[in-house]
Amino acid sequence: MLAKRIIPCLDVRDGRVVKGVRFRNHEDVGDIVALAARYAGEGADELVFYDISASPDSRTVEPEWVKRVARAIDIPFCVAGGIRSTDDARTRLFAGADKISVNSPALADPDLINRLADEFGRQCIVVGIDSREIGGEWRVHSNTGDPGKTRTETRATLEWIEEAIERGAGEIVLNCMDQDGVREGYDIKQLTAARAVCRVPLIASGGAGAMAHFEEVFRQADVDGALAASVFHKQVIGIGELKAWLAQQSIEVRP
Amino acid sequence: MTVAIIHTGCANIFSVETALDRLGVPHILAEQPAEASGADRLILPGVGAARPAMEKLQSAGWDAALVAETRPLLGICLGMQLLFETSEEGGVECLGLLPGHVMAMAAFDGGRLPHMGWNRLHFEIADDPMLAGIDEGDHVYFVHGYAVPVTNHTVASSAHDMRFSAMVRRGSVMGCQFHPERSGKTGARILNNFLEFGA
Repeated sequence: MLAKRIIPCLDVRDGRVVKGVRFRNHEDVGDIVALAARYAGEGADELVFYDISASPDSRTVEPEWVKRVARAIDIPFCVAGGIRSTDDARTRLFAGADKISVNSPALADPDLINRLADEFGRQCIVVGIDSREIGGEWRVHSNTGDPGKTRTETRATLEWIEEAIERGAGEIVLNCMDQDGVREGYDIKQLTAARAVCRVPLIASGGAGAMAHFEEVFRQADVDGALAASVFHKQVIGIGELKAWLAQQSIEVRP
Repeated sequence: MTVAIIHTGCANIFSVETALDRLGVPHILAEQPAEASGADRLILPGVGAARPAMEKLQSAGWDAALVAETRPLLGICLGMQLLFETSEEGGVECLGLLPGHVMAMAAFDGGRLPHMGWNRLHFEIADDPMLAGIDEGDHVYFVHGYAVPVTNHTVASSAHDMRFSAMVRRGSVMGCQFHPERSGKTGARILNNFLEFGA
């Protein structure tokens, strides 16, 4: 039986790990490799590095730090941010990233997902989706790394999940923006709806604030993994204690 | 000791190199069999699809070389699948070093695919040297949509709706369906068991 994954997300800006509240007011929380090694040591199942400055500024992720991370840790990690082509993906995968995640560029060019899956296999292609409720419907947002450039897309979130999978996504990370950074719990309603249309692994993002939130999202929304940032960066929750507690609640986790 | 990593053109080569670095083992990247002549053992890594990987091996002459190979050989993920006779992924003929066939996991059940994440090892041959220092139920990291059913050469299995081969060995030919280079301390120990195999 697959263990439920605990995934610290490291938002990267200018080579440093940062964290904002509701995607704004980013503060510096540390060095990439030092944090990656710490989380791997504490029992994180996977890490996601999201270069939040990459898409809005039309920059690409610097593969140099990808190599540094690959050398330092012995758990899988995913790199997101500014990947617009199979060449962009290749440099990151060959630098040691296990998966690459596309978000805004896939909205602008959905066929990118097909090209990436054809070239590298769907197992390493993650589609990240930023979503919030607007007028009673969950809608996709793009360029969320920069509040000035964030756009509401015409796409409905659930339809975009189905299309992304059809095109070759091997995993979906659904970031529920209304919950992001506020630590009041995952968006169970939206994630449950997403789960119903998502036959590839689904990762919950946005809202973790207490250990009970993880149990809730695994049990109620049946997601495969739960991503969180601030509660880990600020040591509100220790990954070791979280996993021990989840095991006590009979959630299958890797000790 | 030197390990030759067979250049399959796949993306996880750097991860395998860094795992060997962490274990302090010298390694080379071998495009052609002749480049591996000074190595003591071989690793066949692989992610992605079976056909391009087999074509790459054939064009470099690795298919014939590996059939005649006597040094310890470890296939990882797709590299393990290529050790078998055929793969349902694109109907590809593989190296045939191990009897058995690679099948689509979807053929067994409608489970969530790809099988991605940490899953438990169940021992099939508990005293196999590949499992030294490993405990039944230890977790390792998998990412795949095709798998080999349990065969006589299955050392450890894992289950995702279907039970499948997680580790295989026939003589000095070994394979891991999971990624030992990304499986924490358990993976490092399994790589070490391979490096010490027959030594």
